Amino acid sequence: MNPQLINTTETVDFAFWYITIICLVMLGAITVAMIYFCIRYHRSRAPRPTSDAHGSLFLELTWTLTPTLIVMSMFWYGWSGYMGLRNVPEGAYEITAKARMWGWTFVYPSGKTASKMVVPVGKPVKVTIVAEDVLHGLFIPAFRVKKDAIPGRETQLWFSAREAGSYDLFCTEYCGLGHSSMISTVEAIPEEEFATWLTQKVEKASLPGQEVIEKYGCLGCHSVDGTKRTGPTFKGLWGREQAVKRGGQELNLMVDSDYLRRSILRSNAEIVKGYPAVMPVFEGRITEDELNHLMTYLEKLR
Amino acid sequence: MSQPASASTDSSRGYLASSGKGPALFEWIFSTDHKRIGLLYLWCITTFFLMGVVLGLLIRLELIAPGPTIMNAQTYNAVFTLHGVIMIFLFIVPGIPAIFGNLFMPIQIGANDVAFPRLNLLSWWCYIIGALTAVTALFSGGGPPDTGWTFYVPFSTMTQSNVSMATVAVFILGFSSILTGINFVVTVHRLRTKGMTWRRLPLFVWALYATAWIQVLATPILGITVLLVFLERFVGVGLFDAAKGGDPVMYQHLFWIYSHPAVYIMILPGMGVISEVLPVFARKRVFGYWAIAMSGLAIAGAGSLVWGHHMFASGMSDMAVLVFSFLTFIVAIPSAIKVFNWVATLYKGSITLAPPMLFSLAFIILFSIGGLQGLLLGAAATDIHVHDTYFVVSHFHFVMFGGTGFGFFAALHYWFPKMFGRMYNATAATTAWVFMVSGFLVLYLSMAVVGLQGMPRRYYDYLPEFTNLNVSATVGSWILGAGLALMFANLLVGLFRGGPAPANPWKAATLEWTLSSPLPAENFEEEVEVTEGPYEFHEVKPS
Repeated sequence: MNPQLINTTETVDFAFWYITIICLVMLGAITVAMIYFCIRYHRSRAPRPTSDAHGSLFLELTWTLTPTLIVMSMFWYGWSGYMGLRNVPEGAYEITAKARMWGWTFVYPSGKTASKMVVPVGKPVKVTIVAEDVLHGLFIPAFRVKKDAIPGRETQLWFSAREAGSYDLFCTEYCGLGHSSMISTVEAIPEEEFATWLTQKVEKASLPGQEVIEKYGCLGCHSVDGTKRTGPTFKGLWGREQAVKRGGQELNLMVDSDYLRRSILRSNAEIVKGYPAVMPVFEGRITEDELNHLMTYLEKLR
Repeated sequence: MSQPASASTDSSRGYLASSGKGPALFEWIFSTDHKRIGLLYLWCITTFFLMGVVLGLLIRLELIAPGPTIMNAQTYNAVFTLHGVIMIFLFIVPGIPAIFGNLFMPIQIGANDVAFPRLNLLSWWCYIIGALTAVTALFSGGGPPDTGWTFYVPFSTMTQSNVSMATVAVFILGFSSILTGINFVVTVHRLRTKGMTWRRLPLFVWALYATAWIQVLATPILGITVLLVFLERFVGVGLFDAAKGGDPVMYQHLFWIYSHPAVYIMILPGMGVISEVLPVFARKRVFGYWAIAMSGLAIAGAGSLVWGHHMFASGMSDMAVLVFSFLTFIVAIPSAIKVFNWVATLYKGSITLAPPMLFSLAFIILFSIGGLQGLLLGAAATDIHVHDTYFVVSHFHFVMFGGTGFGFFAALHYWFPKMFGRMYNATAATTAWVFMVSGFLVLYLSMAVVGLQGMPRRYYDYLPEFTNLNVSATVGSWILGAGLALMFANLLVGLFRGGPAPANPWKAATLEWTLSSPLPAENFEEEVEVTEGPYEFHEVKPS
């Protein structure tokens, strides 16, 4: 299969239009027949029924065999389209997508990570999907591709972006509180730009703590501008007195580095009053360096 | 089958009348009479249906604009979970069989009760206990469940919300369904009256018979599956936990092995109602009696083998996708056969568009739309795109609400005079029908399109590009809600103030219409003998 000639979008759309057009014709026929009969044979025009038919073997066979042939052709186009989604072109660029509650991390062969999936235009990309906690689903509507992320196994999909642009990327397998904020984009850029992007270190202009926040998808629940979301905002958090619940007991704590580390690593131990206990545990997932960067960042975010 | 004489309404109010012994409530909740049990179900199931409707309207209101509107994300997740659990386990699954099956199936075959009347009462108690357990789950433990009605692992084994109690509720409700199924299978086999051969069985009975088999065979698997979730939460047996060598996808298989056949448990009785109503209001025999009866059995059989089509994107093997996609298209055929035979029944009839007929005609169109959407879901390539989007939500509501729901309303309007001995206002019912059908189309067609555009389901928040269609869906939900409110208000007014109903207002030919309205306390004083089929109206003018 030549990736220049065909991509996943066209493969699926062919089956889609084939099935949809036949369906619309059948639906139209059923509706028109039904409405016509209701008018033509309404009691005001047909005071008595004029047919005594029990049925008709010929008709039964006709409307059993014809739909059978039609749906078999639909099955076939559906299946061959699906094969198009499954047969990854050779030489596809490989990216790993890590799904967690509630964000994506895309890992490149060089070890570079990003929260958006940057891909080269016109080149087939094979994405290996892994789940770090519960089920998730990787869905890119523009390319008609979708695959679940399943704890304990790797799944794959491939696509190829024909034109440069930004394409929506969603989580489609329900994963709890932040499910609908677990969205990102595919950024398709020309191959040369992509090559440069790959070699670029993550923009040093931003604070390292900000990177950490993006990497772990903290902004799915916490804002940095004071807005109340699923979790408390980061703005003005440092140094504040905070009411929390610890094992059914309510107490006031000073928000400092110790408290913040606890609340990230063992997020279920102390719950901030007025918020649900839904934050995932980060112990063993976040490095000491990252935590330090995060603390520096949060301290400054008054 | 003899046409009833001009039997008048029984002034003693038949089976509804109190015997005057003991508390009135006990006469109902400990009654083993199939008619009374049917009415108990009617009140309970309708109550839960209305709760489900309110939750559905709240979901739509939240989604009228992106971002938080009237509730937070946790509440939203609980609300859509409850909407699903209530509508599926407390309304659609028991709905038509438990209410109208109980009330009319024994009478339609000339029996005085079901085969096991006390088991029948036990089914109702299982339903009530299960329903109360589900309600308790909302207000206890870690708060209302937030997993969606599918309880997918590992999220359902990790969440703090009260999933455990909800699964216990589903387990108990499953028993209600199994016991009703056993009862109906035995009743149809053993209690048919003299002359009620299989070829004279009303199609509603055929549909219930096919349904009952699925209930008996498939429901135990659901019971075991939710029990395993329960064990996983409390003991951590690890069957579904990848870290312990288990597999979360296995849960999905187990869940859908029940839950796919379950959608046929939900739709077949609705199809039975339609097959009953259409010939009566077209005044001629149903077209293709055997085709309709046997296609129901074919759906029940083939429908048990297609569960994997819910899992094309789950990383299941390609061979499994091939087989399940193929079988899914096979199961589409018997449904199509039914639709063609229904439409053919109208041909050269003498049609009256009374409310039960209008709801039945709406059923045919809405179910056809849903069924044809199903072809896009059955084809492997297109399923990948629309899976887990609003397109699936749209499809499911077209077949379940547009199908079973409208079948339920058709049954309600068809048998209302027989159940209560009173009539409702036909003009108000027709007006409600207009609102319901138009609101329905606006609501669920918007969902279908927004799903094709890629909006995933179970989303609390959405991207701005999906706003317009979400607004129109919400507006549709208001029109539909208004129609539902008018329909139920009209039925309630009919119940208390409606004029007396004649014994056979629709001039139907099945046995329940030979009895007085409301039904008498004792079905048949003496054994009836059936001499012809259920749709012989003797009105055809030879042309």
